[in-house]
Amino acid sequence: MATNGDDIRPSPEAMLKLAKAEEAAAGEGQGKLKIFLGYAAGVGKTYAMLEAGRLRRQEGRDLVVGYVESHGRAETDALLEGMEIIPRKTIPYQGVALQEMDLDAVLARKPQIALVDELAHTNAPGLRHEKRWQDVEELLSAGIEVFTTVNIQHFESLKDVVAQITGVVVRETIPDRLLDTAFEIRLVDIPPDELLQRLNEGKIYIPDQATQAIEKFFRPGNLMALRELSLRRTATRVDGQMRAYMETQSITGPWPTMDRLMVCVSGSPYSEKLIRATCRLAEELRATWFTVNIETPQGSRHARENRERVWQNLRLAESLGAQVATVTATSVVDASIDYAMRHNITKIVVGKPNKPRWRELLHPPIVDQIIRRSGPIDVVVVSFESLEQQRPRKAAPKRRTPFDFRGYAASLMLVMAVTVVCELFRPLLDPTNMAMFYLLAVIVAAVRLGRKPAIAASLLGVLAFDFFFVPPRLTFAVTDSQYLITFVALFTVGVVISTLMTRARERAEAMRIRELQTASLYYLSRDLAAAAEISTVMKAVVRNVEEALNAHVVLFLPEGERLDIVAASEGLTLDTKEQAVADWAFRNRHVSGHGTDTLVSSALIYLPLQTTTSVLGVMGVHLEKEIDYLSTESRRLLDAYATQTAMAMERIQFSQQAEQAQILQARENLERALLNSISHDLRSPLASVTGVLSSLREGGAQLDENARAELLETACGEAERLNRFVGNLLDMTRIEAGAVRLNIEQCDVQDLVGCALAALEPRISTREVSFRMLPVMPLVPMDMVLMIQVLVNILENCLKYSPPESPIEIIATTDSSWLLIEVADRGAGVPDQDLKKVFDKFYRIPVPEGAGGTGLGLSICKGIVEAHGGRIRAENRSGGGLSIQIRLSLTAAVGKTHDS
Amino acid sequence: MTAERAAKNLPRILVIDNDLPIRRFLHTALSREEFYLYDAENGEAGLAAAVGVRPNMILLGLGLPDLDGLKFIKQFREWSQVPIIVLSERQREDDKVAALDTGADDYLTKPFSVGELLARIRAVLRRSLQHMPEPVFSCGDLMIDFDRRRVLVNTEEIHLTPIEYDILCLLAAHANRVLTHHQLLIQIWGSVNPEHAHILRVNISNLRRKIEADPSHPHHIITETGVGYRLKMGDRDSDKIH
Repeated sequence: MATNGDDIRPSPEAMLKLAKAEEAAAGEGQGKLKIFLGYAAGVGKTYAMLEAGRLRRQEGRDLVVGYVESHGRAETDALLEGMEIIPRKTIPYQGVALQEMDLDAVLARKPQIALVDELAHTNAPGLRHEKRWQDVEELLSAGIEVFTTVNIQHFESLKDVVAQITGVVVRETIPDRLLDTAFEIRLVDIPPDELLQRLNEGKIYIPDQATQAIEKFFRPGNLMALRELSLRRTATRVDGQMRAYMETQSITGPWPTMDRLMVCVSGSPYSEKLIRATCRLAEELRATWFTVNIETPQGSRHARENRERVWQNLRLAESLGAQVATVTATSVVDASIDYAMRHNITKIVVGKPNKPRWRELLHPPIVDQIIRRSGPIDVVVVSFESLEQQRPRKAAPKRRTPFDFRGYAASLMLVMAVTVVCELFRPLLDPTNMAMFYLLAVIVAAVRLGRKPAIAASLLGVLAFDFFFVPPRLTFAVTDSQYLITFVALFTVGVVISTLMTRARERAEAMRIRELQTASLYYLSRDLAAAAEISTVMKAVVRNVEEALNAHVVLFLPEGERLDIVAASEGLTLDTKEQAVADWAFRNRHVSGHGTDTLVSSALIYLPLQTTTSVLGVMGVHLEKEIDYLSTESRRLLDAYATQTAMAMERIQFSQQAEQAQILQARENLERALLNSISHDLRSPLASVTGVLSSLREGGAQLDENARAELLETACGEAERLNRFVGNLLDMTRIEAGAVRLNIEQCDVQDLVGCALAALEPRISTREVSFRMLPVMPLVPMDMVLMIQVLVNILENCLKYSPPESPIEIIATTDSSWLLIEVADRGAGVPDQDLKKVFDKFYRIPVPEGAGGTGLGLSICKGIVEAHGGRIRAENRSGGGLSIQIRLSLTAAVGKTHDS
Repeated sequence: MTAERAAKNLPRILVIDNDLPIRRFLHTALSREEFYLYDAENGEAGLAAAVGVRPNMILLGLGLPDLDGLKFIKQFREWSQVPIIVLSERQREDDKVAALDTGADDYLTKPFSVGELLARIRAVLRRSLQHMPEPVFSCGDLMIDFDRRRVLVNTEEIHLTPIEYDILCLLAAHANRVLTHHQLLIQIWGSVNPEHAHILRVNISNLRRKIEADPSHPHHIITETGVGYRLKMGDRDSDKIH
């Protein structure tokens, strides 16, 4: 093992600086945990905590007492006086009124500091969390600072050591990370002699039932050992802090190489201890460690209880900070070595074998094999003392396999069939060969019927063979003892083959399930990758979870302050209690519900959909089988689903944001173009008018009649042009703002065209305009004023872009329930690829130059026509020229409408 | 104001508009044409001036600061039938219709030219200065004989339905002045029913087909879009109606 002695310790000033930095860093939202640590009951932790609390109150901090047990001690009560005590919650349980801390009351009160005694405590059933340390964690995440007391023996990783020291197995454990991440640890320490003295003086609270255990506990040797343990543990933490400091300051020192430890887990009772031992070792070495479960075909045959233990062990390892993996293989040793090699493990931790020697001869212990084959990897052998009482596991549901008559019946039939056949062919066959037939029967039974029927078949076969065919016939006696070999062989073959078959089948089944799970994850990620909206994501998730896990699922998304159900499987109903659990999972970003440590009484398990930055929702799952709630595989799968879903949702959010940004950008660009264009188009005619007027003013008298007339003509024309442009601009603004109000009336098309033409006088009087329409035209529902504007704009274009001698045609017809108006000229037309673009704002064809115009006319037409629910399009005519076609519905409703 | 001009008893026109450049322009344009101009820059002053000056006609801008145009017309109409022409803005059809229905006689859309202005003024004044309706109306190729209830186009008699005849007569009685849909409906059908609006259009369409040389380019019955209809008399000056 590496030693730490060579490292340079920083000066006290540096340590102070580190402490201050930590204090500043810890300010963000999370409350600080201050642990008063002792090595035994009665050292004075509660007293110390209360004293510290009082001091804080005097400094002016807002402090409440969450839960303090004074056990009637006068000194403790004295300290409690004057403090604000949050009333406890009373829970009736089996006739007894239990008192627990009222977590919600403390959360609602939101003090700066809360005092919570006895961190190692199991809450009464019905409370939100199973353990008080979880309550404390929730207080910390709410930003409340917590002072608490705990004894060293309650920490998970030290459980075995404590048991070794004291002989007492501690049931109430706390995860080590609370100790590691606590902001401050105050070691409350008194010499063991003094503690014993206090015990004798009756100053230490001892519950009556525990007298015997306490006596066993409070032996001087024990106390000294425990004290050393607590001192050492605290020192390790200080050492760790210092190292962290050195790392942040990039102080170079001889760092020991980073070890990577591995421990194998099985269903054996020793696994738990191995795990804890590895955890301690990893801490000392500051190494990362791996816990591997090797699943073998034999292992899968073990009792359900065994497999549960494996899962429990894996979860324990995970909670202690290991990386957990499950590997399927035939040989434990091979798989372990292989895994170790692939993951660059530096040390493998194994347990000392304790089987009797003779068994070791038959099955070389795994330890030996591993040592032999470990190559460059160190092997650490940990010893355990005497066997322990096992922690009661969560009971698995018992399944009773029905007694399958059919298998046995089939075996019997097989044997009988073979016997009959052999009997028939007896003159031709040697008994040896008959044995082969029986062998066949046994093989068939093993392959098709399973282990027990196969064994039955081999037994029956042996008997039948013996009875019918081995001399002396029709007795069970055996003359030639060689047949004994046959019997044994038959029997063995039957057993072996059936075992192999069963194993193979189970392996195949396990593979299939695993493959299904992988496939389901693949399908989910494929579906999610294609999703473009949150609703699609939700549907894909529900579908995949239902199919893959055969489960019911419900998805919550936050809507303002609450969580709303956005998708759920058929037939799944939730009451408000369930909703509250989902809420909790969302707020605390922690899995809760059935099969977890929090709010276990709910019917579903709730996983928050979270990414590194935020939590986006909650997924609730109701699994078919009870066992699936606890199995690591299922939980892994559910976690994977939750992560995938959250990532997909985040991706969609981001892409929507990006799209918005793009739209914003495009709009800004358009606005800029608009402003530029308007500025130009307003100024040009004004410049002309100003020019003319100023010339007239300056030298009007000198000009002759013609010149004057010409100038005035120009000015008039330009002023009109300006008027038209302003009109267009106003129209466009109104259309854009959605402020177009259609005043739909039944209108006469002839009238419409006539008014449009009249509006274009006198410019249009020089042109040849023809108007054709059906002899009988129905009245058409439209806003007359606006549609006249449309025709005017189109005709203006014709005037501008077609030669003065060329004709302009207007045609009005109907087509089932549509009115069709076509306006066509013989101008240059529009390039084919631009035919759609003519209706865009500010589009002008490049040729002819100087034709003037704003480019707004046709886009106004489009706006108005579409507001009517109609269509407008442009086409190039054969023979040259542009044709604009308008369709309006003949069946719109009359009246005033808003265009939205 | 010269004594000469005052003695000539020229028609008096009162311009009420808060826009100074418009008043100036009107003053210049109309004084030349033998009208006598007074002006006021808001509604109250306008009402006072109307009492004091007793104009033959009022040109009323609709954007007055103190008194809404409609309110002015309503108040004025309580004690005077002097014709009013409103000066309105582009595409404010609702305003025009409301003004006409409340009592105005015609309208002009800014920006307008002097030609249009004079045409309307003359049309309105002619009507008001006449005291007896003529028995025969003729304009271009159209002639209406009210006594004998006959309508002739190019000296050919044409047959009109009773409603068509009523419409034509009403328009002729208000020749060169606009009649709103509302006014037409009330006068002819007695009520404003959407059904009747429909029928009005059909009738106008039929009328045009009967009396116009080219129904698509009507010379007599002109549509004032969004407002109503006007029977145009072939005056030299009134060649622009818009």
